[in-house]
Amino acid sequence: MAPKTLYDKIWDAHVAHQGEDGTCLLYIDRHLVHEVTSPQAFEGLRMSGRKVRAPEKTIAVPDHNVPTTLDRLKRIDNEESRIQVEALDKNAREFGVVYYPVDDIRQGIVHIIGPEQGWTLPGMTIVCGDSHTATHGAFGSLAHGIGTSEVEHVLATQTLIQKKSQNMRVEITGKLSQGVTAKDITLAVIGETGTAGGTGYVIEYCGEAIQSLSMEGRMTVCNMAIEGGARAGLIAPDETTFNYCNGRPNAPTGKLWGAAVDYWRTLFSDDTAHFDKTITLRGEDIAPVVTWGTSPEDVLPITAIVPAANDFNGGKVDAAQRSLDYMGLTPGTRLQDVEIDAVFIGSCTNGRIEDLRAAAEIVQGRKVQDGLIAMVVPGSGLVRLQAEEEGLAEIFKQAGFEWRLAGCSMCLGMNPDQLGPQVRCASTSNRNFEGRQGRGSRTHLMSPAMAAAAAVTGKLTDVRELM
Amino acid sequence: MEKFEKMTAIAAPMPLINIDTDMIIPKQFLKTIKRSGLGVSAFHEMRYQMDGTENPDFILNQGAYRNANIIVAGDNFGCGSSREHAPWALLDFGVRCVISTSFADIFYNNCFKNGILPVIVTDEELNLLMNDAEKGSNARMVIDLESQRIETSDGEVIKFDVDQHRKHCLINGLDDIGLTMEKMESIDSFEKKMAKNTPWI
Repeated sequence: MAPKTLYDKIWDAHVAHQGEDGTCLLYIDRHLVHEVTSPQAFEGLRMSGRKVRAPEKTIAVPDHNVPTTLDRLKRIDNEESRIQVEALDKNAREFGVVYYPVDDIRQGIVHIIGPEQGWTLPGMTIVCGDSHTATHGAFGSLAHGIGTSEVEHVLATQTLIQKKSQNMRVEITGKLSQGVTAKDITLAVIGETGTAGGTGYVIEYCGEAIQSLSMEGRMTVCNMAIEGGARAGLIAPDETTFNYCNGRPNAPTGKLWGAAVDYWRTLFSDDTAHFDKTITLRGEDIAPVVTWGTSPEDVLPITAIVPAANDFNGGKVDAAQRSLDYMGLTPGTRLQDVEIDAVFIGSCTNGRIEDLRAAAEIVQGRKVQDGLIAMVVPGSGLVRLQAEEEGLAEIFKQAGFEWRLAGCSMCLGMNPDQLGPQVRCASTSNRNFEGRQGRGSRTHLMSPAMAAAAAVTGKLTDVRELM
Repeated sequence: MEKFEKMTAIAAPMPLINIDTDMIIPKQFLKTIKRSGLGVSAFHEMRYQMDGTENPDFILNQGAYRNANIIVAGDNFGCGSSREHAPWALLDFGVRCVISTSFADIFYNNCFKNGILPVIVTDEELNLLMNDAEKGSNARMVIDLESQRIETSDGEVIKFDVDQHRKHCLINGLDDIGLTMEKMESIDSFEKKMAKNTPWI
């Protein structure tokens, strides 16, 4: 048999039909649904008299619009947000899909609760009307975002019309230095490839530094594959993966568990498998990083200075100038001298328990700088509960952080958690686009430990100095 | 879905690279439960000033470009989120074709589902088309999907590639779900095989 990549293997196992022109119908094992990208799809089903083909493989949760304040179980004030959440509630119940409503302790960001509840397992195909579906690739499953028309297509047929992508391998060799995390890896890779570098590819992350990561770290890495332009990121499953999955509510048990693990052990890229593109970074070379601009590719080590537009070439010169203007930064300024106004710890990138532990470790015994907006938003109700049991919530509260309920929150500000114009935020989220956290707001992406460090100093900070 | 065959229209030049989906349609407009009505909000933060008035510097607020049906854009157009609200907003504004050197994958897909043709060209071709688009109301670009040709206002011709399945669907205005429903037997038998091979799913 010809050698195959991990992506090839998962793809081949899911082709339900192949047309003469190579267009495939790819069978979808799990379909995650949230309130923003699904109402038009359910309406489409209703208008054409179609049903959800596999409601038991369809998991719905409201996350983008939900307030994160403690009083959220009363009505959502914003009418449009309320209508959208109510529409999901109605659609989920009417079409009989698996559903975690806002008052369920298991509610949370769709990409946090999928793995948490054991819906995400190795070797699966997973889609969601959300680009950060790439997160689930951490389990060695083929997972990517789709548009609403495709959501409707999957609801109706449990398949997706697809053409195969190319294979790209991103290897991170060696070990990470102190203060360097999964977030720094994934940002460093995007800094290397650019935001279009992965377009048309599925990325497989490998190498010692990747294998050494926990499942949560791996999810952070794969989560931002989309920021590098790749539809999906993958990491081959191993004992770390199996241990994470074992005992999850929807993971197989008994004999089925054994059969599943036997199959999952076959999911790796063969030694001589062909990759169309390979990138290698040394783990030792990666520093704690932050973004300075308005594209996730605008990545620099925290020890660097703000670049000038003419440090770049081609179309990037104008784009960089626009970014500098928008971000209110002067070339030559030390990044560590940039003062911030807000800190956001959360999102599908960094809203898991290990992220909160890493942030709490820096915050413990310290105070958030006076006048800063600072909030911690756990990725799910269960993450929140665990953080409270471990005493992390208390550490954050004592330091002066707001301790919120689960949701997407200030990652994109569809709920009331938004920043004002020119407000500068150290954020653990995934996009620093213009207006992302509120019109005119300025986002610097970084790891939870780095965001925590910025909170206590009031500036972009090298976390290693606080360790 | 509306058919796309051939169009002759004004093209707006937007040379900025990495025009992302948050720029095309910011978050506050994603709260709709409908597909229509987003055109007025397309490119909202570039198009309107803080007080809600039009930003005169923005291309789509200028003269003939108010009626542009084509956008010629810098590299990596549509990067960011999977929101189909981005092509819905463009379509509702009147845009039926976007030309760039590359597109983000999900946005590219979403265009075809909504009767919008995304065309990928080389750097040199983009320069040529950008210059042509900058001529404003005096210039009309022709996009012919059948023959896979763009014709500038000066009559220069650029050929482009497009996936044949997608081309077929676009020219005929076909709905994907209907086409897939015809293959239900394949899906049924695949599901039976899966239930045996990977019963834990």
